[in-house]
Amino acid sequence: MTATAAEAAAPHDFPLPKILTNPASTPPTLITQGAEGRLYKTTYLLPDIPCALKYRPPKPWRHPVLDQRLTKHRILSEARILSKCRRDGLRVPDVYALDEAAGWLMLEWVQGTPVRVNINQRLGSRTEGIEDDEELKDLMRRIGAAVGKMHSIGVIHGDLTTSNMMLKPPAQQQQTTDGATGLEGEIVIIDLGLASGGVHDEDRAVDLYVLERAFGSTHPRAECIFGEVLDAYRQSYKQAGVTLKKLEDVRMRGRKRSMLG
Amino acid sequence: MAAVAAAAAVSSPLPPSTSPSSTTATTSTTTKTTTTASSPPAAAAAAMSSKSSWIALGCEGSANKLGIGLIRHTPTSTTILSNLRHTFISPPGTGFLPKDTALHHRTEFVALARRALAEAGVRPADVDCICFTQGPGMGAPLTSVAIGARTLALLWDRPLVGVNHCVGHIEMGREVTGADNPVVLYVSGGNSQVIAYAERRYRIFGETLDIAVGNCLDRFARVLSISNDPAPGYNIEQLAKKGTRLLDLPYVVKGMDCSFSGILASAEALAAQLLQLGPGPEGAGFTVEDLCFSLQETIFAMLVEITERAMAHVGSSQVLIVGGVGCNERLQEMIASMAKERGGSVFAMDERFCIDNGIMIAHAGLLAYRTGFRTPLEESVCTQRFRTDDVYVNWRD
Repeated sequence: MTATAAEAAAPHDFPLPKILTNPASTPPTLITQGAEGRLYKTTYLLPDIPCALKYRPPKPWRHPVLDQRLTKHRILSEARILSKCRRDGLRVPDVYALDEAAGWLMLEWVQGTPVRVNINQRLGSRTEGIEDDEELKDLMRRIGAAVGKMHSIGVIHGDLTTSNMMLKPPAQQQQTTDGATGLEGEIVIIDLGLASGGVHDEDRAVDLYVLERAFGSTHPRAECIFGEVLDAYRQSYKQAGVTLKKLEDVRMRGRKRSMLG
Repeated sequence: MAAVAAAAAVSSPLPPSTSPSSTTATTSTTTKTTTTASSPPAAAAAAMSSKSSWIALGCEGSANKLGIGLIRHTPTSTTILSNLRHTFISPPGTGFLPKDTALHHRTEFVALARRALAEAGVRPADVDCICFTQGPGMGAPLTSVAIGARTLALLWDRPLVGVNHCVGHIEMGREVTGADNPVVLYVSGGNSQVIAYAERRYRIFGETLDIAVGNCLDRFARVLSISNDPAPGYNIEQLAKKGTRLLDLPYVVKGMDCSFSGILASAEALAAQLLQLGPGPEGAGFTVEDLCFSLQETIFAMLVEITERAMAHVGSSQVLIVGGVGCNERLQEMIASMAKERGGSVFAMDERFCIDNGIMIAHAGLLAYRTGFRTPLEESVCTQRFRTDDVYVNWRD
């Protein structure tokens, strides 16, 4: 979900997955080249139902056996997890179709922008007053609640960053402000390619730790309000307190720990 | 020449705790020439303001390599004056222990420092600061080299500059390759990190959750008694070139982090099987070469994956590989292929700069020195853990 503008300015000539070369499909647009693969926007069944096609191309630098094993496993596991989330009421993209051997997964198109973009636009070049920004703190709390909900239904994301959450603006706002990035809307967790099922506090705590650190390196100036995420998380399900206790252990563990002097 | 000999001559005023370092120094105590020690500190301070050329001496010894190098900066150029290394190599099947490695560094320090000065053609009076690795690394070897560095600093009356080892690798990599703002993959025997620069710090995006990738390779080599000369990783790389079969090993990536200890356990179990049954269809069904090949393919694929994820995250298309494992040509090839697909490029170096060396410490130290950074003697203690992001990077925008 990164460098979208740069990618659009200098498009690469990637070979399309076969599914997108069918004459019936809407001409796809390459949205981003993420770490895992490419994301195209096209349509599903009807020309007015937009969808996202997540394509994991073969990675030529990887041994073919290993490559097949990983791709297959990740497509299937992501689809299973997404279905589970929908079933249990967590807002994630719907699964429309998939082909694990060909390496693609077709998902609902989520309107909006990655939370990273919203936060960065909000921060701008500000250095002061960030800890008193109530709207930004409210966004943090919604993030915490979404992550808490996900953990409460037994899903571990595995790669929680502010790039892997979309902020879907409220319906009435969509027509009026295109491109503008407010802080209102619903958090939709995306990119569950590394997700797994799990109810261990350890896994949940590591998940939070990944988010905490990714947040710190992506938005260093907003680190001071990350506590809001954890506050909301604490209230989101019953065992959250235990997980947060565990988070303290994870922070102090081994090589992550600083021992200056 | 004469000045280093003087190092030995002045070793007596050092505190008693530093006595181990003087065991090597005492071999040349007879020369009493102390020409350089006479330059008063005031003169040095006055010279600072209008300087157009700086020289630093760097001392590295965080693991089994002792490196000493001299570097010259001018406002427009950087010149490597000398870059010497002496490696402690343990017998096959063993690793390097802190005690033996520290002894090696203490024994070789003076001779290497003399050679580095001679090769650079620099007098101690020309040196602006003494840079040394403050961490991270193995405690005893770090301490030995720090004592050497303190001795030189006291003797020549020059300030000390403590350098973070990881930052040394990164800065040297940027200097040698010309990479401007790359995502850095730092892979060595003690560290595995994916780093990117943001707001005055080298921020760690991903890293190993347990052992370092080089440590995984080193310990695997020990099980099969693969030679440690010149490096276990190098010998694994040569064996892997002849491997054909990919064995199933765990593949552990968690977000931008990864873990190698489970893979090591699996590879060790397979190696034990191989040693017991022998290769071939009647035996284990695979060879040492296959096992080395599988290990490399699996762990490098993991490294490429976390690097790619960091690149996607920060929106960069340049990668710089540093650290000892960065010499591995298979890893370089894999990263290059990935970077090319993302419309970018890879910056890699050869063993002179990838493997631990003194010049990178001198370079990073001198960058900090020029911004006014000093490490007072009483704060020149080493630390085994020193996070890359603890360093405030004052010399970059």
